[in-house]
Amino acid sequence: MAKLLELEDLRTQFFTTAGTVKAVDGVSYDIEAGETVGIVGESGCGKSVSALSILRLVPDPPGKIVGGKILFMGRNLLELSDVEIRKVRGHEIAMVFQEPMTSLNPVLTIGRQITETLEQHMGIDRQEADARAVELLGMVGISDAERRLKQYPHHFSGGMRQRVMIAMALSCEPKLIIADEPTTALDVTIQAQILELMKDLTRRLGVALIIITHNLGVVARYADKVNVMYAGKIVEKGSARQIYHNPSHPYTIGLLASVPRLDHKRGTKLVPIEGQPPDLTLLDQGCAFRPRCRFAEDICTREIPPLEEVGGGQYSACWQKDKLSQPAPAAS
Amino acid sequence: MSVVSAPERTEAVTVSSVVGNEPILEVKGLKMYFPISEGVVFTRKVAEVKAVDGISFHIRKGETFGLVGESGCGKTTTGRCILQLEQATEGQIFFDGVNIAELDRRELSALRQKIQVIFQDPYSSLNPRMKIGEIIGEPMRVHGIEPDADKRHARVAELLSICGLDPKFADRYPHEMSGGQRQRVGIGRALALNPEFIICDEPVSALDVSIQAQVINLLEDLRDEFGLTYLFIAHDLSVVRHLCHRVAVMYLGKIVELAECDELYDNPIHPYTQALLAAVPVPDPEIESKREHKVMKGEVPSPINPPSGCVFHPRCPLAVEGCRSVVPELREIKPGHWVACTEV
Repeated sequence: MAKLLELEDLRTQFFTTAGTVKAVDGVSYDIEAGETVGIVGESGCGKSVSALSILRLVPDPPGKIVGGKILFMGRNLLELSDVEIRKVRGHEIAMVFQEPMTSLNPVLTIGRQITETLEQHMGIDRQEADARAVELLGMVGISDAERRLKQYPHHFSGGMRQRVMIAMALSCEPKLIIADEPTTALDVTIQAQILELMKDLTRRLGVALIIITHNLGVVARYADKVNVMYAGKIVEKGSARQIYHNPSHPYTIGLLASVPRLDHKRGTKLVPIEGQPPDLTLLDQGCAFRPRCRFAEDICTREIPPLEEVGGGQYSACWQKDKLSQPAPAAS
Repeated sequence: MSVVSAPERTEAVTVSSVVGNEPILEVKGLKMYFPISEGVVFTRKVAEVKAVDGISFHIRKGETFGLVGESGCGKTTTGRCILQLEQATEGQIFFDGVNIAELDRRELSALRQKIQVIFQDPYSSLNPRMKIGEIIGEPMRVHGIEPDADKRHARVAELLSICGLDPKFADRYPHEMSGGQRQRVGIGRALALNPEFIICDEPVSALDVSIQAQVINLLEDLRDEFGLTYLFIAHDLSVVRHLCHRVAVMYLGKIVELAECDELYDNPIHPYTQALLAAVPVPDPEIESKREHKVMKGEVPSPINPPSGCVFHPRCPLAVEGCRSVVPELREIKPGHWVACTEV
């Protein structure tokens, strides 16, 4: 399949008084049409900023995309003019944000917010747009659509608002939807409803999906491919099966051992990753995970490990990647 | 960072043997209705939010009791009633056999030394103008324990190291610390008075994945070391399974199912519990591809005007005509396994 989106060595930095924050530091990955890719990592690892960079939504100042390429169907999005990128946003690439409470405009009706996008991008008139909006709400499982379109966001629950966001994202038939923590603010049964809806619609309509989340379970259930990020870099990437069954980076191994699982008996031991994620203004020339890594050796303090293939399309950025199968050393 | 290094940590089996038989806390028929008022001069009550609507349970000494459910199910309000931060509308709460609603101010203050709380949000539950040492030392100062400042400082240092923090942190302010470190401070403050019982209200849900495990392990180690009893309130069902001995599932102010932890997760009986567990994804694509992803329809109704009969009936796959009118009682289906459903 042809590549839909290719990120090459993307670098996004924030210039703050405390120093330069390398929020995204040389990220490369690609997505094929219709594919679902999960990006996992903890707060501040750069997963959201890398996604915002795709649509050039990083606030400037203080942020700036300082290098790399973002090829979307062969075009480099970083070279487009403001007018051109606006045609991509919401039309060819749509976004679903985390906060369904704040990402809708409280003083516009739901209907107006959906039709605005349609009129802007599809060049259809108000009536056609209204008809399409009814259809879209039906598609995302909101009944009584005609009445609901006249209501305001505060009439909707969190789950319903997120359905509206999905309807808006789908409205212009995009090729790619970026969902940034789409269900983090929602209860678990509503989370399941929204994720099933997104999976179902993206498969049916052949839309590619990037899910950004810290929830390893959500990625396991929905993603075909996974990128694991740490301190602004992709430290491991591969198919979901490879990442979960044969993790090849100490951080991925650590994450999987540290999450309590629904299918594990009570009291199954958790092995936390000790220490804290690093301050992104104070990174040195070594591997950023080194201070928390039990496999770290001399070379890890001297050079940043490159992302290299470990086999079968799985990549890991670790100097010790061939030695990771060793059991945990006994604690002193 | 953790107090005891990983391989030495006590296994779950020995922990359960610590659980005694005598209840430390008993909640009987607890109801908490919040009035909704209209009018300024002639205020009148127009409706009620039935946050907690007649729940009963007990917690044994040394036990970790999980209270799970979605937002608005009343789990946090239950915790606040036990802390006497809310005056319950109806029902009794017994701690060590004493009805805590009948205590006077002095007795209540003594009780508060035994019952402590750890809050969800480590960013808003620490006073930003106080140093960490003052925050942890404050309960001792308030209760007149350790009036001697030097001894109090020594105790603060001890508490910090128990919670896996460098005693030097005593001179720092909360903003200088990460979320995980702040939550350790919150735990240190809860431990300052040597409590018997700690209410943990979503203690790890604001933390990052790798930090969550550190704090969970700390809570477990402290439980074993000091023989603590926890009421663990959370919406994360995986964390609750990991930590708790027994678990109660709440829906719209009522307990719908209560059982031993593994029993509840392996053999859920109430249709709500089943749907809740099915909704939680497991971090394993192999298992996920085999699981059936049944999605529960609808949303939680408003607790102002809850459905008649069984509050779950509008969303329930098993509902029959009778569920609209009959309120199901919590009944013991297997020894120790209680379910509030007439159709199972």
